[in-house]
Amino acid sequence: MAERILTVDNLKIDIPVPAGMLHAVQGVSFKVDRGETLCIVGESGCGKSLTSLAIMDLLPGKAIRTATTLELDNENVLDITEDKMADIRGNRMGMIFQEPMTSLNPAYTIGNQMEETLIRHRKASREEARDRAVFLLEKVGITAARSRLRQYPHQLSGGLRQRVMIAMTLMCGPDLIIADEPTTALDVTIQAQILLLLAELQKEFNMGLILITHDLGVVARVADRVAVMYAGQIVEQGSAKQVFENPTHPYTQGLLECIPIPGKTARGSHLGSIPGIVPSLIGEMNCCHFAERCSYASNHCHSAVVDLRPGFTNAHDYRCVMSPEQCADNLKQKVPA
Amino acid sequence: MSNVIIQATDVTKTFMISGGFFQGKRPLHAVNGVDLTVNQGDVVALVGESGCGKTTLARMILGLEPLTSGSVEVDSKPLSGQNRLDVAKLLQPIFQDPYSSLNPRKSIGSIITLPLKVQGDQNPDTWRRRAEEMMELVGLPRRVFQNYPSQLSGGQRQRVAIARALINRPRVVICDEPTSALDVSVQSQILNLLQDLRSELNLTYVIISHNLAVVEHIATKVAVMYLGRIVEEADTETLFTKPQHPYTEALLSSVLTPDPNLDVPDTHLGAAYPNPVEPPSGCTFHPRCAKVMDHCSTRSPKAIPTSEGSVECHLYDKAQGAAA
Repeated sequence: MAERILTVDNLKIDIPVPAGMLHAVQGVSFKVDRGETLCIVGESGCGKSLTSLAIMDLLPGKAIRTATTLELDNENVLDITEDKMADIRGNRMGMIFQEPMTSLNPAYTIGNQMEETLIRHRKASREEARDRAVFLLEKVGITAARSRLRQYPHQLSGGLRQRVMIAMTLMCGPDLIIADEPTTALDVTIQAQILLLLAELQKEFNMGLILITHDLGVVARVADRVAVMYAGQIVEQGSAKQVFENPTHPYTQGLLECIPIPGKTARGSHLGSIPGIVPSLIGEMNCCHFAERCSYASNHCHSAVVDLRPGFTNAHDYRCVMSPEQCADNLKQKVPA
Repeated sequence: MSNVIIQATDVTKTFMISGGFFQGKRPLHAVNGVDLTVNQGDVVALVGESGCGKTTLARMILGLEPLTSGSVEVDSKPLSGQNRLDVAKLLQPIFQDPYSSLNPRKSIGSIITLPLKVQGDQNPDTWRRRAEEMMELVGLPRRVFQNYPSQLSGGQRQRVAIARALINRPRVVICDEPTSALDVSVQSQILNLLQDLRSELNLTYVIISHNLAVVEHIATKVAVMYLGRIVEEADTETLFTKPQHPYTEALLSSVLTPDPNLDVPDTHLGAAYPNPVEPPSGCTFHPRCAKVMDHCSTRSPKAIPTSEGSVECHLYDKAQGAAA
């Protein structure tokens, strides 16, 4: 039985804006086990990054976070003080951001920044912290680690900086790592290396990993479980195999048709596309969020809220009024066209 | 018989960069002796990692960057002696980030009609009509004519950039990462649009991209660049099915297709991208090459013609391999 590391239930994020209340995330629930990778995938503005910031309690000041449950390792982290949260952040859960140049402090050496984590959280001595930093830098594949500690972020390449970022996150041996688009700013060749590294380290340290990305190729290769987000909601959730082999929600199906797949998509043919734009999340929406762009939408879709419900198989949920069989049929009919 | 529209011969661009305090300037060979032929109707893709010189090469073809040596001919006339306005009639760019490539203080209408104004078009009364026709062609609603870029989505802004590039009916469009700043669903719309425009307006594209799945989808010819050299060039079919250069193989293996039954591939490109100021000796790829041989570190390979293009690797150089 896998050990549960993170439970998020009914997470909501509301942001007051001049035009009203922006419901950025609307009741998102998921769980992450030790050693498991959850990928949250979706397009810009779907709320995937805010969800990760909410878990870390790093939301911008005016955003309002509510949830039924937010537990790290069966411990409530929802209503704890900022001091307690600061003890957890960087210690028991770490975060890797998209652009390593902006998340590392340019005025301090790599060593200084890495050691600080351990000294702050574990009251370790400078020497202990340095040894741990060297050990982890070697672990993430950086050669001549001891001399690297004296370097500043600008002296490293993008791939190296992201490795340093990963090593830094591992300093305290966290239970959970949240990686927000960790490879988007990197070259494809480096992307593969960093993803491989993350997967290996996750196995070795038995951590939970939440990977936030818009790249479906990355998701398919890395994820154990996938949550597809659209306009503040999870529209489909399941194992990577379930979601990629039996995409059920029309949005998931549409996304998969948008990307050219070498060897599968005929060269030069028209790619699928999702017409329309993402709806505004300001104010209440009492309908299926995807209805405006969905080619199967009926009157019912425009007038009633749709809940997540079980799909074909166990632990594969989707948010659509159509039956799983009907969704599968839709997909089959689209393929030859 | 296909017509050559762009012919780059032995193009070199060297930047002099500062080595730091008390140190002299050092040369950085961003593009180092590149030959590239683009035929009318081709979609030529330049691929490679950041810093391989693909953008510099494109800027030189556009005439935005002076050449250090070599020559670029557009439509059989050397680029260097030509009037900028004449070049702009033939070649137009589309840039990566539609958020920074459009002037936020100008309305969509004035952005799209600016090329007409610059070219001294004789019929100002037809500008609005022509801009609206172009907007329709790229799928922009007419009502945004008076709007500003900040009021448009990323996909719409990229459509504005495309409309601006096409209003003077150029023959070649140079697209630098045209879709990498966009979401997947918008990316597919822009790719479809580029395909349609190509057949409708008989365009030739030079596309720079790091997304090999996109390249395979739209390109007819691919040139793989590494440290300022084109290391392999072939038509898309051949390059993707029978890659010759070890670097091309590694690049192709790093493409992540959405297949949940596969793991993250190991590209075997151990060492990081080399510092272009101090490129490795011999074949510049040898420190990262899985098939490295003894003489790779001492002798630079020459371009070897293949059935469909060329490859620059000692593996295929029979004579040199035997001599070593």
